[in-house]
This record gives sequence, structure tokens and C-alpha cells, in this order.
Amino acid sequence: MTFQLTQIDFQTILPSMIMFGMGMVVLLLETLRRSGSTTPLAVVSLLSLAAAGYASAVQLGWGGQGFSGSVIADDFSLAFNLVFVTATALVILISIPYLEKSGLKYGEYYALLLFATGGMMVMGSSLDLLMIFVGLEILSISSYILCGMLRADVRSNESAMKYFLLGAFATGFLLYGMVMIYGATGTIHLRKIGAALAQPEMYSNPYIWFGMGLLIVGFGFKLALAPFHMWTPDVYEGAPTAVTAFLSVGPKAAGFAALIRVMIEGLGRMHNEWDMVFWVLAALTMTLGNVVAIQQNNIKRMLAYSSIAHAGYILAALVVATEEGLGAILFYSLVYVFMNIGVFAILILAATPKNERLTFDDYKGFGYVSPLLGLAMFVFMLSMMGIPLTGGFVGKFQIFKAVVDQGYIWLAIVGVLNSVVSVYYYLRIVVVMYMQPQDSKSINEKPAFSLPLAVAITASLAGVVFLGILPAGWMEFSSHSVSVLVASF
Amino acid sequence: MNILFYLFAVLAVLGASSVLYMRNPVYCTLSLVGAFFSLGVIYVLLNSEFIATVQVLVYAGAIMVLFLFVIMLLNVETEKRFPFRWRPPQVIGAVLAGVIFVQLVGLFANPRSQTGPLADYPADRLAREGTVETIGQLLFTDYVLPFEVISVLLLVAIIGAVVLAKRRVKNEGTEGQ
Repeated sequence: MTFQLTQIDFQTILPSMIMFGMGMVVLLLETLRRSGSTTPLAVVSLLSLAAAGYASAVQLGWGGQGFSGSVIADDFSLAFNLVFVTATALVILISIPYLEKSGLKYGEYYALLLFATGGMMVMGSSLDLLMIFVGLEILSISSYILCGMLRADVRSNESAMKYFLLGAFATGFLLYGMVMIYGATGTIHLRKIGAALAQPEMYSNPYIWFGMGLLIVGFGFKLALAPFHMWTPDVYEGAPTAVTAFLSVGPKAAGFAALIRVMIEGLGRMHNEWDMVFWVLAALTMTLGNVVAIQQNNIKRMLAYSSIAHAGYILAALVVATEEGLGAILFYSLVYVFMNIGVFAILILAATPKNERLTFDDYKGFGYVSPLLGLAMFVFMLSMMGIPLTGGFVGKFQIFKAVVDQGYIWLAIVGVLNSVVSVYYYLRIVVVMYMQPQDSKSINEKPAFSLPLAVAITASLAGVVFLGILPAGWMEFSSHSVSVLVASF
Repeated sequence: MNILFYLFAVLAVLGASSVLYMRNPVYCTLSLVGAFFSLGVIYVLLNSEFIATVQVLVYAGAIMVLFLFVIMLLNVETEKRFPFRWRPPQVIGAVLAGVIFVQLVGLFANPRSQTGPLADYPADRLAREGTVETIGQLLFTDYVLPFEVISVLLLVAIIGAVVLAKRRVKNEGTEGQ
């Protein structure tokens, strides 16, 4: 029996291959490392991220498909690749001092981050349910391990175990949904699913509905949308702080990339059916995230709920599914990377090996102890609230504008009310920093200078302010990138 | 054929539910073996001999033996009981489960759900070309990329096992205590 071998188009998966390959190189280098710090491995990882980012940037505008059409290097996936690379690079920068402070001497940490980034790139660039699933699993399993890296810390173990069990459960939903859709349409290729849905009898096939419901539940778990968010606070609180920073930005952006692909290219024709589902999920997610965040005293936990709320805002843009809305998702993902990792960088800088400094009381008078860091925190909080001249404002404005333009007025009202609620807990940290006197328990020494953290905070600050004042470039680029999606409606 | 299907379908469901109801973990594992084996028979009835063989060899064989080893090595102590009580979350959960059950019954009773489109590989074509050949061919043509990328997934899982389980916990990672 003879058959044609598939053409191997390595260019189409070049960025993710760089990530996987360099992850293995980092593993090999780890075996050569006798003792001493893991910082050289971090430098290698940063260089490979730069290479992957460069490879993505060079391919912009290409749109080549490979491996029987199961992956595509179009501007949508490449733009998301740039977001992933930025997020992971910032996370590696904040990890270098974090690993030193927490005495974590595993070089595998960086290898796992690279593998996870490769998985995210696979998720964004696949046109086929199977590849999305494999990419998601690479990302998830790396994340479970990263959460449990602090083995002497019970909360870190709890975090990894909880994430693993609930993540495996969610994977079951996702896979079952994919199987149902395959059963109904006879294909796992998203564009062929889209084409199959053009037949009216397919549209009323119950398996499609069942599969779509299960897919939404599965993605809801992975993206921590209410009411599937139960794992988030415990996992985020227990995981090493640098990993929490990664979890709250990278996997979310990747999950949204894959969700957009599935919902627009695959099930786009059923938009009138799924938009109300996402409407309810978005409203629930923002409200729950914001209302519960108010009651938190631990900043890491507060940021966990805040990330749930931000996922809700982003989801609101998916409801409208217009070019404008989807572009806003890409725009907001990058803004969120900068502002969230910026806050985590400050938390890591203020932490000491003895005390992680994660309660609000620790930051009493912090604005006077370290004026520059206080100012940076202030700007990040303004951006989280969505105050003009920061990236957060432009992102939220775009999302709500797209939502209103399509007539989902109530969703926009819920979103804006939620932004108002969020001001309370974001401003609380500013009030604590500037208006409450220091006491013996709060931070009373200026944190020691650390080059990687200084770079990370400066870059995040620059990103937030730049996207706030001159958003046009990235805004146009993001709406251009989503225009290459083959919407099937 | 139909009788065989119903027989093994019932056996699979019985096996799966006795995993939940059995008290002794070894019995649970053994009933899971039974469930996997019955699923294997159902695969044969669906003309998927290769998947049936793999199901029995890998799941019912290798993985369940590992399960048994782990259970026996862990030396499970006296059973811990978690008394069940009807509290609001349980009530809500039961109501939702009931609603979904009714919907599923409606779904599968719907005559439309009996007729799906034929995929590229219907039973007669598989019988002509052979299941193993077809799977092998697909793995190296259309699905070569997932096939290869799964190796990264396995590598990550191995790293996880080594990082989380093999090394001794010294005094690393004591922050926050």
C-alpha cells in the first residue's frame, strides 16, 4: 500500500517549535549545572523567547497553513504569539529574584515555562480541535507542576493538587464536547465544522448543541469564568507568586485565543445561540469577581478575584463577535499582561525570604518608604480601574463600545457598574500606601534594588502608559489581526 | 449483535457504578477493569478491533495493574466515612443533574440524533482497508503533527514526576511559613 506523506511545513509551527526545542535545551543545561544560581538558564530562556517573538514578527502577513490544514500561521495566531512571548518574558524577569528569595533551585522551572508558552502558541495557531486539545494539555500540565514547585509549602501542594484534579475534570468536559461535535459533523477541522453547519439539518442536530454546551463548560473552567471559577483563588494563592503572575495572564490569553477560534471559525454560524450564554457568563463573572475581591485582605487573593473580573470584561467582547470586539480582546490581553505582571513584580520586590508581604497592612505608608514603587503601583491600579491615560481605560472603552454598538446595552451597563465597584478595592491599596501611617509590622525599609525586577516594572509601566496615550498602533494591528479569521456567519 | 451490545453496555455501566459503591478500593479497581473490558467489547462491535485491543491491553491491563500496585503499596487504612447530608449545594446540584438528565434523555430519544453524517471512514471502507493500516496511515499523514507534539506532553509529564516526586525536600521553598 502506498500513500502520500504529508508535507512537513515547519515554518507554520516555527515559534512553538523554538519554544519546545529551547525548553529541551534548558533541561540539558540544567543537568550540566552543578551548583549555583539558575539565572543563566533564565537568560537562555529570555533569548529563546526573543527568537520566537522574532520568528512570529517576521511571519506577519503570511497566513500559511500546514500539516493538512491543522495549523495556520495567520496574523491572529502571530499577534497572540507576541502577547504570549511578552507575558512569559516578563514572568521570567520577575522569576529570577523570586526563585532566589524563595530558595527554589530548580532549573526545570524555566523549561516548564517555555513548554507552557509553546503549548499556548499551539492553541492559538491550530485550526483543528485535536491540536487545540494537545496544546491546552501541554499548557495545563506544565502549569500544574509549576504550581507545586514549592514542595515544602503546604499551600503550594494544595494549589497543585486542586488545580490538577479540577483541571483534569474540566478536560473531560472539553474532550467530550469535541467528540460530540465530531460525531455530529464528521470532522474536527474548525473550518469544515463551520461549512458543515451551513446545512440546515445539521443546525438542528442535537449533538451539536450538546457538544457546544460541553465545550463552553470546559473552556469556562480553564478560563475561570463564574460559575466555574471555584478553583482560582486557592490555586492562585498557593502557587509561587511568579507562577501566579503567569497563570493570571498567559493561560487566559491562550484560552481566549482558542475559544475565539472555536466559536468564530467553527461555531460562528450559531452565534445567535451562544451569544446569550456568554452574555450571562460575562455578567456573572465580572460581578462575582469584583464583589468578592472587595472582601479580600490578602493581595494575591484579591488579584485572583480581580483576574476573574477581567476575564469577564474580555468575555463581554466575545459576545458581540464583531471585528471591533475581537480586536478589543487582543488589545486588552496585552494591556492586562502589562498591568497585572507589573503589580506582581512590585509584590515580589517587596517580599523578603521570611515574609511574603501579601496583606494590605504590610503596605501602610509604602508610598513614602519607596516613592517610585508607590507611584508605579498607583499607575497599575489606575489602569486596572480603567482611568484615562492608561491602557486599561482604552481597553475597557473599546470593549464597551463594541458591546454598545451591537445593541447589548445592558451588558455594557453591567460592565461599567462593575468597573465602579472595582475602584473600591484597587483604590484601597493606594489609600493604604499614601494615607495610613507606617507601623512596626508594615514594610519600613526600601526594598533592595534588583535589575530584572526593575526592567520588568519599567517595561510594564511603559507598556501601560504607552498603550494608554498612543493606543492607535496596537489597536489597528489587533483589529487587522482578527480580520483574517474566517468567520462562518 | 444487538444482544451483545446491550449485555456489555449494562456490564460497563454496572462496573462503572460499582467503582463508586464498593467500599474496598481493590474491588473498585477490579470493577473498573470489568468496565474497561466491556467497553473493549463494544469497540469490537463497532468494527474497531485495534482500539478494542489497545483498550484491553493498555487500560484494563497495564494501567489497572499499576492502580492495584499503588493501592496495595499504600496499604489503605480503615475506611473514612463522609456522611452525606442534604444541604443547599447538594440540593441545587441534584436538581441541576436531574434537569440535565431529562434533557439528555430527550436528546437521545430525538430521531434526528440517530442519523449523523458518515465520516470519511465508514465501516465497509475500514473492513476493506483494515483498521490498523488506516490508523497507521492517518497517524503519519493527516495527524502527524498532534502525534509528534504529544511527545512534548509526555516529556512535560515526566519532568513533573521527577521534579515533584523524586527529589528530596530539603529546606527549599520555606517562604511564607
